[in-house]
Amino acid sequence: MEEVKTLKGNSMHYCTGCGHTIVHRIIAQLMDEMGLREKAIASAPVGCAVLFYNYFNMDIIECAHGRVPSVMSAIKRVHPDKFVLAYQGDGDLAAIGTTETLHTANRGENITVIFVNNAIYGMTGGQMAPTTLPSQVTTTTPKGRGNNFEGGPLKVCELLSVLDGPAYIERCAVDSAEGLKNTKEAIRKAFQCQLDGKGYSFVEVLSMCPTNWKMDVKSSIGFIDKMKEYFPLGIFKDVRNER
Amino acid sequence: MTEKILMKGNEAMVHAAIKAGCTFYAGYPITPQNEVPEQMSALMPKAGGIFIQAEAELSAINMIFGASAAGVRCMTSSSSPGIALKQEGISYIAGGELPCVIANVMRGGPGLGNIRASQADYFQSVKGGGHGDYKLIVLAPSTVQEMYDLTMDAFDYADHYRNPVLILADGITGQMVEPVELKDYKPILELPSKSGWILDGCKGREPHVVKTLFLESDDRLTKHNIHLQEKYQRIKDELCLCKEYKTEDAELFIAAYGITARVCKEAVDAARKLGYKVGIIQPVSLWPFPEKIFAKYKGKDFLVVEMSCGQMIEDVKLSLECKGKIHFMGCGGGWYPDTEQIVTKVKEIYGRS
Repeated sequence: MEEVKTLKGNSMHYCTGCGHTIVHRIIAQLMDEMGLREKAIASAPVGCAVLFYNYFNMDIIECAHGRVPSVMSAIKRVHPDKFVLAYQGDGDLAAIGTTETLHTANRGENITVIFVNNAIYGMTGGQMAPTTLPSQVTTTTPKGRGNNFEGGPLKVCELLSVLDGPAYIERCAVDSAEGLKNTKEAIRKAFQCQLDGKGYSFVEVLSMCPTNWKMDVKSSIGFIDKMKEYFPLGIFKDVRNER
Repeated sequence: MTEKILMKGNEAMVHAAIKAGCTFYAGYPITPQNEVPEQMSALMPKAGGIFIQAEAELSAINMIFGASAAGVRCMTSSSSPGIALKQEGISYIAGGELPCVIANVMRGGPGLGNIRASQADYFQSVKGGGHGDYKLIVLAPSTVQEMYDLTMDAFDYADHYRNPVLILADGITGQMVEPVELKDYKPILELPSKSGWILDGCKGREPHVVKTLFLESDDRLTKHNIHLQEKYQRIKDELCLCKEYKTEDAELFIAAYGITARVCKEAVDAARKLGYKVGIIQPVSLWPFPEKIFAKYKGKDFLVVEMSCGQMIEDVKLSLECKGKIHFMGCGGGWYPDTEQIVTKVKEIYGRS
């Protein structure tokens, strides 16, 4: 594999088939291409990606669960000329940190949020996430989500797109070569959005978790198709040219 | 003659913070400290700094976590229930050794309580309100001038020790208006460079990581805890702020801090006119607690007065090794002591002993 300067080259702790590895690499490649590493400050979120700093060769702050958007808002305000990357999982971003997510987007903070949605809690061992699908069995929805007033999957792109603050919102998936290509282009646009000072950019990435979905890697790719029924891919907001 | 300006204690903290070079404030409205975010929203942008009205206390304290890691002097403020919400972030800030200033303008509790002044957050402040073994430097002002002076000094303590500093005020000191001399800022301590740890992009250097998770080995977190405890010991050795009033010939010592100490001062003067030899020991640094000052008077009779049901009294007893008679007067929920009550209590104690 080609050398990516933004990555340290350490082997990653992620499980076989985990989407985080792919998203990490896409981000790192883009940061190399766009020359962002030396001006970047990124978050390490509570959850599977907490050891982000073991892999990324740049300034990183490990945040409390759900508080990434607040921490990164402050860092961007202090250093408006730096590149601020908020990397978050679904529990962090859409459950315990929903408040922070919503208000940071609403303020239109000029940061980029990469939201890795794998519809489950990975680090803690497979509990229900805010984005767990209806009927999906997890360790805390043994009969499938929806049998105990759990509500439905939280659609974050849709929620945020009604706000005035965000400039760019897109949902992608890393389930195919084409999906990877689209994800990379979406994240490139989101990064550029911040560099151009257009305001809040948000890319949700549907991502595999074969271990906690209790599937082999091939079947986990198929599960992403199911996720797309609830989380359609596409651009939900793009007002970059109006700013 | 130095010019003095009339202002509220809450406003004095804002002026002191900006003079001390604080360029970032994030907070959430709660009575009785609303003048702090209000004044900050007006004055901080004028001074070239950043003001954010956060959507929640948790967000506000995490903005401070970020701003401090980014390398600037920063501050948040709140009142009791709001400070309780901030405890998560305070533990991370202490664990990550990030300097910042937090002001608690205490009100009655528990729960939503009321908006009268209180001193019932003493335990939370000095014993560690969040999870894990950590300490805040806790300073207790009793006048509006002290709200100004201690807030200014707090930034130096925070940077010098790389530790959060809490200004533990109350609804009265926050709301009362007194003349204040707006002193110029001059560091009171050596301020170490932050260039070795702040996050501002890794151009020309190795990346910096601010974190509180230590999984590298079984004893990595233990070592971090030992490092923190060594720092706390150093702070204990070096920092002791305490005032004494008429203690030279005192037979009975009143221990009180903040606004309570001022009421006690008046009561001491009144009691002395009646022939009772009473003095005051007023801790200004609540952590580190001025143990050595108290220890000088081991075996003497003490009266601890607090606007709580008895919290600082535990540190007084520890410092005195429970020698002598230690009396208490106080209540939570917005009870204020007055001179007459304290004098009556003094008479009572004399009657008993």
